[in-house]
Amino acid sequence: MADRPPPGKLKIYLGYAAGVGKTYQMLEEAQELKRRGRDVVIGYFEPHGRQDTIARTEGLEIIPRRKFDYRGTVFEEMDTDAILRRRPQVCVVDEFPHTNVPGSERVKRWQDVEVLIDAGIDVLTTMNIQHLESLNDQVWQITGVRVRETIPDWVMQRADQVVMVDLTPRALLNRLARGVVYPPDKAKKALEHFFQESTLVALRELALRQTAHEVEIRQVDYDSPGFQEITPNGDESGEAPRSVDRILILVTPDPSSAMLIRRGKRVADYLHADCFAVAVSRDNDLGDLDLPEREALERHLNFARNLHIEARVLQGQDVANTLVEFARLNGITHLLVARPTQHQKPKLFGRAVVQEVVRLARDMQVMIVADRGSRAHSQ
Amino acid sequence: MPAIMRRRTPEELLQQLQAEEAYEQTGRLKVFLGYASGVGKSFRMLDEGRRRHERGQDVVVGALQPKTSHEVEALLAKLPVIPLKTVDGIPVMDVPAILQRRPEVCLVDGLAYDNPPGAANPNRWQDVEQLLKAGISVITSVNIQYIDELRARIEKITGKKVTQTIPRSFLNSADEIVVVDAPPDMCISRASDDQADPGQASRAQKLSELREIALLLAADVVDRQLEAYLQRNGIASTFGTQERILVCLTPRANAGPMIESGRRNAERFHGDLTVAYVGQPELSSDDQAALDRNLAIARAANAHIEILDGEDAIQTILKFARERGITQIFVGHSTHEGWWERLTGTPLDHLIRGANDIDVRIFPH
Repeated sequence: MADRPPPGKLKIYLGYAAGVGKTYQMLEEAQELKRRGRDVVIGYFEPHGRQDTIARTEGLEIIPRRKFDYRGTVFEEMDTDAILRRRPQVCVVDEFPHTNVPGSERVKRWQDVEVLIDAGIDVLTTMNIQHLESLNDQVWQITGVRVRETIPDWVMQRADQVVMVDLTPRALLNRLARGVVYPPDKAKKALEHFFQESTLVALRELALRQTAHEVEIRQVDYDSPGFQEITPNGDESGEAPRSVDRILILVTPDPSSAMLIRRGKRVADYLHADCFAVAVSRDNDLGDLDLPEREALERHLNFARNLHIEARVLQGQDVANTLVEFARLNGITHLLVARPTQHQKPKLFGRAVVQEVVRLARDMQVMIVADRGSRAHSQ
Repeated sequence: MPAIMRRRTPEELLQQLQAEEAYEQTGRLKVFLGYASGVGKSFRMLDEGRRRHERGQDVVVGALQPKTSHEVEALLAKLPVIPLKTVDGIPVMDVPAILQRRPEVCLVDGLAYDNPPGAANPNRWQDVEQLLKAGISVITSVNIQYIDELRARIEKITGKKVTQTIPRSFLNSADEIVVVDAPPDMCISRASDDQADPGQASRAQKLSELREIALLLAADVVDRQLEAYLQRNGIASTFGTQERILVCLTPRANAGPMIESGRRNAERFHGDLTVAYVGQPELSSDDQAALDRNLAIARAANAHIEILDGEDAIQTILKFARERGITQIFVGHSTHEGWWERLTGTPLDHLIRGANDIDVRIFPH
């Protein structure tokens, strides 16, 4: 165990739609690395019938996929064990957010990639911006598509490098029209959903901003030897790099909690703030909730934990009081709550939880998060 | 797909028609934006020229940088070139020759070059405007260090002075902008970055800062395009791709911390900050003085300032916020709460209920 190799590096080619050239650019780099003498293999590659891209695999060793029989159909997945046995220096893995067929060793391809990296293998991979977890609600607003295969933000943050593969929407639409991206029947369908110009422009902007953010967070390396020589942007303001903001999210069984957690995490990441989530229950084992509610709540708390948010259940008779008390004790600066739902409209002489929180938490910021679960426009 | 349509006035429709007509007659401008020399801007520009040429478009090279790589030379061999002419020993793009040749597409490198006195236009980017007006589409490449508005910031990072520049508005006028994002490759120089020498770390840091500026600049241009597109198509909804913060002032609001937080949030999100005040009749002189102080704080924070007019303050704010695509509204806590508010809800309650698609942040007093 002593001579464990240093972890491999992860490079993500980020795009905003199929056909912008992520895989192509990734393979170009793989070819370049091979020319420079590194041992490169293709762990997983999705050709999509694109001849230009397929041509870029020439001369690269491809590790055969592993075949799975699932309910009578044969599926193919990346053969992580075979790659580990082969021990290349660099491995190309297409479609980072992919979900493996049930019965695979790991649920998600990004988890397979983690295994490769832990084994000291550098990985080049591809993904589109719409698969980033914290943007899920916004992507739904823009496209009308609820993306199920998501990458937690911390996984992207852990990558050594994120590169934007850029192409203008007009050029992409031309490619689609020329049949470069999809065969005709699929192209027609695509044009009705993701591939509308306004949708593409909006997704592209999100990808550019996310890449800029990824570049920025990798700069705040105050221990690096070269740091003293340069002047960071926020120098004049004398801002300390450590976080001063602490964000607390109120989680409930309501479906809006997922949206609240994503938004809270995103705000926390941008403000470099610590982020926590709590639920409040009258009983310490959630006994006051009926089964579906309890399951929903536990799902939401686990969802928060998967995004690397510390989550727990507080016990208290009054939700607002318990929450605000806890926030005060823990030096919280921002409380995040969901908008009151229709059936929580304030009753005469009674208040919804949100109003009560706003009334009690006068010494901190309270953020009532927009409902990004409903679409700005319909189909 | 879009359902929320904004009805346009006849004037707006006429304006749009005229704009569309003018647009049809001019060439299209496409810009490859790079953050350092050597990221491959010229290559991308020429490669696009080659592909269009192969698809049958009439493409010529109008101007190139003197120093080119082998890859660029190989591409150049495939395209017709209109040579530069020299005026007083300085290379100048031969605009008359290009106009006479009338290609569909002209490739122009070295966009920031100044022309010598005696040339038709003082700057090469103005040569490009001339080509566009004549209906010739232009593909060009530019390094962000030559954008006039970014010059001071970038000089601070690179330590290099730049004398020739292009106005930002020229970039905003581009039909298409592509960022050439090729970071210093990490996987390759693995050995060297483990025992990084300080010089290299500092170079990497500088490049990374420049890269961020280029990405955000492209995002801003794209955001304008998105807005223009939505407007052209009469779509009133916004996508919230850029964070836009609205701080609502009242004379008694504890505005300092709110505006400061707005500024910091806008900066961190690379977003936009607006401070608005809904005009009230008959302010006491104390209130007026307090308001003036708050507006001064807003100006110092570089916020857009808007004085709004409307009978119902909450509805006025919400309407304004939707028009501007605001994603977060900052307000202060309600100051008092009598029996009436207890019964019907405070103004804050009304704001929270009305702002269903916008985050509301309530600040301590």
